[in-house]
Amino acid sequence: MKNIIVHLNKTFDHRVRLGIMSILMVNDWVDFKTLKEMLEVTDGRLASHIKALEAEAFIEVRKQFLGRKPNTSYSATVSGRKAFNDHLDALEKLLKMRD
Amino acid sequence: MTQNKQHHLNTLSEIRSLMERSSRFISLSGLSGVVAGTIALLGAIVAYIYLEIIPFDQERIYYVEAPLATKWGLNFIQFFFLDALAVLLTALSAGIFFTTRKAKQQGLKVWDATSKRLLINLLIPLITGGVFCLALLYHRLLGFVAPTTLIFYGLALVNASKFTLNDIRYLGISEIILGLIALFYLGYGLEFWAIGFGILHIFYGAIMYFKYERKEAVTF
Repeated sequence: MKNIIVHLNKTFDHRVRLGIMSILMVNDWVDFKTLKEMLEVTDGRLASHIKALEAEAFIEVRKQFLGRKPNTSYSATVSGRKAFNDHLDALEKLLKMRD
Repeated sequence: MTQNKQHHLNTLSEIRSLMERSSRFISLSGLSGVVAGTIALLGAIVAYIYLEIIPFDQERIYYVEAPLATKWGLNFIQFFFLDALAVLLTALSAGIFFTTRKAKQQGLKVWDATSKRLLINLLIPLITGGVFCLALLYHRLLGFVAPTTLIFYGLALVNASKFTLNDIRYLGISEIILGLIALFYLGYGLEFWAIGFGILHIFYGAIMYFKYERKEAVTF
């Protein structure tokens, strides 16, 4: 039992972080506004969770200008993808175990 | 089942839903297909009346008849332009109406990153096909217009299907096959048009409606 728990990644132990990673797994680059609309969270909460994922190098940030407006997009890194997949595998294993 | 397991199950289904919603436009309504197909069939009927020909009648080929027709004070270019425009506008409005309604029922936005991506990928082959057909008209190769519209429309659907419900892919492939067959039976362009834009839309629209929407509609 303990063995499997270890594989559940603490960084993903939150709905918003799981949400961010889920979206970034199936899209190349996603901007802040789209993430916000999809996850239905406030700017501040989204920013703090993004920071946490960024600190683990699970996502990378790209800042650019669209015309005059600054636009920040995010993408999952290779290590982020691997960590997220491991996390999902661990979740699946937990579900397959007998009660 | 323990509470913990239920929690993990919820997490996994939430992840799956987010992945789907963020990468595909899933609000496309089957009813738009059914209505667009019906409108296309009406448009074809009007064309038969204008040309005074009967479906599958090879005695008088439509693109040979067309340049001679002057019914209702319209030459064939004016007539086909108006007929096609009327079909396009009403079918498009119906499509937008039913799709917006479905998105509202799902609590999703109609105009977001996924629908933009869908539209761009649909329009690239579609506009290419449109210009290609203008060139065919310019060179008076009227018989090739109907098969060409079907083929490019099919390619556009296959291309766009990666960004919406997977059924669109099969509709696209059907349109391509139909268009290719039509290339070898040039006199039957109007019939192939009616099948491709009319019957196939109704068929796949109905499949999509019963597959995705009727269940939801019952609970409303």
